[in-house]
Amino acid sequence: MLGALQVKLVGIGLACLLALAVSTGKGAAQATDSEKEIERYREMISDPMSNPGFLNVDRGEALWKLARGTKNVSLEQCDLGEGAGKLDGAYAKLPRYFKDADKVMDVEQRLAWCMQNLQGLDTKDVFARRFGAPGRTSDMEDLVAFIANKSSGMKLATPVQHAKEQEMYAVGKAMFFRRGGTWDFACSTCHSEDGKRIRLQGLPNLSKPDKQVQETMGSWPTYRVSQSQVRTMQHRLWDCYRQMRWPSPDYLSDGLTALTVYLNKNAEGAQIQVPSIKR
Amino acid sequence: MKIALIALSAALVVGAGAVSISAVSTAQQVSKAAPAVVDAYVEATFKGASDTWKGRIKQDETQRACSENKNELSTAEFQKVLAREKASVVFPADGKVIGNWKEGAKIAQNGRGGQFSDPPDTVGGGNCYACHQLSKAELSFGTMGPSLNEYGKIRRFREDEAKAAYAKIYNAQSVMPCSNMPRFGLTKALSEQQIKDVVSYLFDPESPVNK
Ligand code: HEC
Ligand code: HEC
Repeated sequence: MLGALQVKLVGIGLACLLALAVSTGKGAAQATDSEKEIERYREMISDPMSNPGFLNVDRGEALWKLARGTKNVSLEQCDLGEGAGKLDGAYAKLPRYFKDADKVMDVEQRLAWCMQNLQGLDTKDVFARRFGAPGRTSDMEDLVAFIANKSSGMKLATPVQHAKEQEMYAVGKAMFFRRGGTWDFACSTCHSEDGKRIRLQGLPNLSKPDKQVQETMGSWPTYRVSQSQVRTMQHRLWDCYRQMRWPSPDYLSDGLTALTVYLNKNAEGAQIQVPSIKR
Repeated sequence: MKIALIALSAALVVGAGAVSISAVSTAQQVSKAAPAVVDAYVEATFKGASDTWKGRIKQDETQRACSENKNELSTAEFQKVLAREKASVVFPADGKVIGNWKEGAKIAQNGRGGQFSDPPDTVGGGNCYACHQLSKAELSFGTMGPSLNEYGKIRRFREDEAKAAYAKIYNAQSVMPCSNMPRFGLTKALSEQQIKDVVSYLFDPESPVNK
């Protein structure tokens, strides 16, 4: 599935990324220099030779076409909201209400539904590998990278129309401001003011519709350099709940989808460019 | 290398301009979710957690009031929370709030503890630097809270001020309802001794905070 050539190219890309990082550090004093670097970085994000996330896109495509499960069929007839097998622009409108499941689903919930119902696949192993690690790929991360990439260049337009979508939005908003746990944290503790940081880490304000939340939500899934993995919103929210000293949220639980609906609605109109690269 | 990468991502946040702002239909009215509905979602989201963990996210009255009002309470509610949280503060039996500033420095730096990724026997810290500047020498500090540099010096190392700081750290909301600062003593995130050590970090004339 992965040509040796491709792996090598990604290797070169990574080397470029690191070299770029170093030169940016040096040139940080000069605004024009760093602007150029940012421009180069932007180009790199969408360049399959420089962004390791495109390995996941390729693997995801292969998984999409792979016949498996008791029904021995591929996912190609999976309906992500735009009709069976239609991928272009589907991710831009997720999460959304699905009539067949009578439920609002994010991309991963929907993929799981298709695996179980269309393919008759036992998803136990897929769920066990929900978060990839060195030497252990994640079907979900690969599939999401592939599917989301088919909405690159489009605008985020998560619908909040159906009564269940509206419920999700309202619940997501309430959960965003819900304080709890031994440190009294809510999402809003860290993400509802402009220009704040935790240690040296800048915190995007995600609580109101503007550029910050658009840049955030339009750039997931992302290849996280610090983890050497493509990560999805399911992973990001899991990691934030960890920082919040809350319990580990259940994978594919509706609360995470509700938060995603709220955040995506705030980010409406965001330019999607994925998989991106982040810290 | 790591620093360079952080600089890169910081530059990106500032520089990324390829995003269009559309204020379109965000004003669309969606009614507020009923508290019972939200509770049910939260419960379902953490269904897989142990009972101990589930207990930790059962909201108390103060968390509930702050959540529902997005931290902005009416005057009456504000007074109610203030009185309740004030009553919760437990001072050391001997009235002494000073410990060891060197230990306090470690606690201020330490952000471990209380996360589901931490081993259960982890000795937790206060992670003060996540939100506050303290010693001038430490450059990696957050800005969610005010700078505490020279905190004791500015207060002339007074004992009543040190006591007030103990109360603040024990329960930040006993001073300021709905503060974003954790209630370290109330929730037992920090022990009595740890809070004393942190108070010393703020109030000892030898502490780097006051240099
Ligand atoms: C204790 C602080 C804290 C809390 C509470 C918190 N987060 Fe975060 N969040 C962070 C940090 C730190 C980052 C990483 C920023 C980075 O790496 O650029 C982050 C990143 C994110 C991102 C991705 C940002 C980006 O630029 O791609 C999203 C989305 C997010 N958080 C949502 C949430 C939600 C939703 C909640 C509540 C469930 C939450 N956060 C709670 C600290 C927090
Ligand atoms: C999650 C963020 C956060 C953390 C962690 C945190 N604080 Fe705070 N702190 C705040 C905020 C916000 C304020 C300002 C609002 C208030 O007074 O409650 C504050 C205020 C204070 C004040 C009062 C300042 C004044 O004006 O007199 C003191 C003292 C203080 N913090 C000490 C500490 C110490 C010591 C620790 C660690 C044990 C700590 N804080 C951890 C957020 C935090």
